[in-house]
Amino acid sequence: MADGSAELIELSRAMQPAGADPAALLHARFAGLAVSHNRILRCRSVDGLRIEGEETPTGAKARITVEPGVQLDTPVHLCFGVLPKEGIQEIISEFDIGEGARVSFIAHCSFPNAERVRHLMQARIRVGRGAQMQYAETHYHGPLGGVEVLPVAHVLVEEGGLYRTGFKLVEGAAGVVKLDYTAELAEEAVCEMDAKVYGKAHDSIVVKETILLNGAGARGLAKTRIVASDHCTSEVIGEVVGNAPFARGHVDCIEILTGPDARASAVPKLLVNDQHAKLTHEAAIGSVDKKQIETLMARGLSESEAIDVVVRGMLR
Amino acid sequence: MLKLENLEFIAGGKPILHNLNLHIREAEIHSILGANGTGKSTLAAVIMGLSGYRPTSGCILFRGEDITDLPVWERARRGITLAWQEPARFEGLTVAEYLDLARRHGGNGDLSPAECLRKVGLLPEKYLRRAVDSTLSGGERRRVELASVLAMRPKLAILDEPDSGIDPLAIEHIVDVIRTLSRQGAAVLLITHHENVAAVADRASSLCGGTILKTGDPAAIARFYRNHCLECLHVNEPKAEEVVSG
Repeated sequence: MADGSAELIELSRAMQPAGADPAALLHARFAGLAVSHNRILRCRSVDGLRIEGEETPTGAKARITVEPGVQLDTPVHLCFGVLPKEGIQEIISEFDIGEGARVSFIAHCSFPNAERVRHLMQARIRVGRGAQMQYAETHYHGPLGGVEVLPVAHVLVEEGGLYRTGFKLVEGAAGVVKLDYTAELAEEAVCEMDAKVYGKAHDSIVVKETILLNGAGARGLAKTRIVASDHCTSEVIGEVVGNAPFARGHVDCIEILTGPDARASAVPKLLVNDQHAKLTHEAAIGSVDKKQIETLMARGLSESEAIDVVVRGMLR
Repeated sequence: MLKLENLEFIAGGKPILHNLNLHIREAEIHSILGANGTGKSTLAAVIMGLSGYRPTSGCILFRGEDITDLPVWERARRGITLAWQEPARFEGLTVAEYLDLARRHGGNGDLSPAECLRKVGLLPEKYLRRAVDSTLSGGERRRVELASVLAMRPKLAILDEPDSGIDPLAIEHIVDVIRTLSRQGAAVLLITHHENVAAVADRASSLCGGTILKTGDPAAIARFYRNHCLECLHVNEPKAEEVVSG
């Protein structure tokens, strides 16, 4: 494992456009993991939370374990980046959140100079019985859009557990993003997935969120907000399956096109296998809502200013 | 201040407003009374210049300038604004930001967002950081809308049923907002069914079938509306002799 203090400072600075506070990333009090390309620059555990990291030729493997009943008041900071113009980073991670534990992760991924960068993330997550896990992930891909980001996550939420995740990529270019998250929920478990992406130029965005409501009373929300400008293409697939009585699921998708050559599609897929389950969806694709625009214009904003306010708010 | 001259508005081949003449004076509170479907909200939309509401003929003069062809935001920058009966919702935009936008882009009003909220009876500490989204009730959203009109400090505020869905105990706040606007020198075009609110007006007009029937003292117009319009068989189709210029 590298010492990497100068490199760590450089990486933490590169996280600023992704909304990170470099001081928090470096603060000894916080648990965290920082990986630059395939070098682990920081790997810090705290009482009740263990992070084990291993460098690989193309990235890193990480195993994060939270002991049962441990409730962490401060977030765990995860930081992944490739600073050169080219490179590949493959992160293979396992999260095991013990029964009744509570933990939140703040993840920042930054590729500020990317021209030809691939970032692959494969995560397996277990949220134990009655445990709570929140995972907020913010990306920055630089101005050129030379990034291909392929995050895949498989999440198992056990009885009464809660898993809440947010993926946000709204500054700079997006490049190619193919997000594929699947969650399986046991009895009374809750899952909320929320993805927000601002696509520009020739960005290509695919968001696939799948929630399997396998236990009675399980609840799931797959929410997506995408703004596609210029020549950007966007595709959202929100799938919820109700396999148990009193399961409740909802797919909520808004895609806004702000350029004549942008394209968007939404495929909400609801499948009910139990007569007492209930699933709903709502999707809106197209231009910014006229009434929102005119409301702001009636306060003196020009049309483009009004669109910007609506879009920025939605992606916040 | 605002003159509507021979205004016609036809939608789907049907005249919604016709031969409509109305004069709103500087700093006056002018209420519009009319049964459902008489064109009150259409009139508000036409004055504000919303898309799809361009007059078929006639003109709109604001402080002597013909604004009939101006877009919404240019009318707003001249001091005209509209508070919708069912205002839009905005994900991710806080009440504080919404009010500040109105203040900065509008007339650079001197009331802070907190002061504007207090005027409409909402506690700043409770509402400033909330989002202007579907978590606000209809009544709360309408009051935030009025607060944003105050923040803008307009010269003409069109209020489309600002009392709709408002808790009766909060009606006094609506009246206070209307009076505050007037004290600030703004004219208020007030569309309401609520007599307590309409009573604040300096003058009133009765609208029927897309045209102004009578203009005058608010109490007299309210009486006319109660005794004549509510029971009139010609609702939305006034007799020719009933039509007078505003």
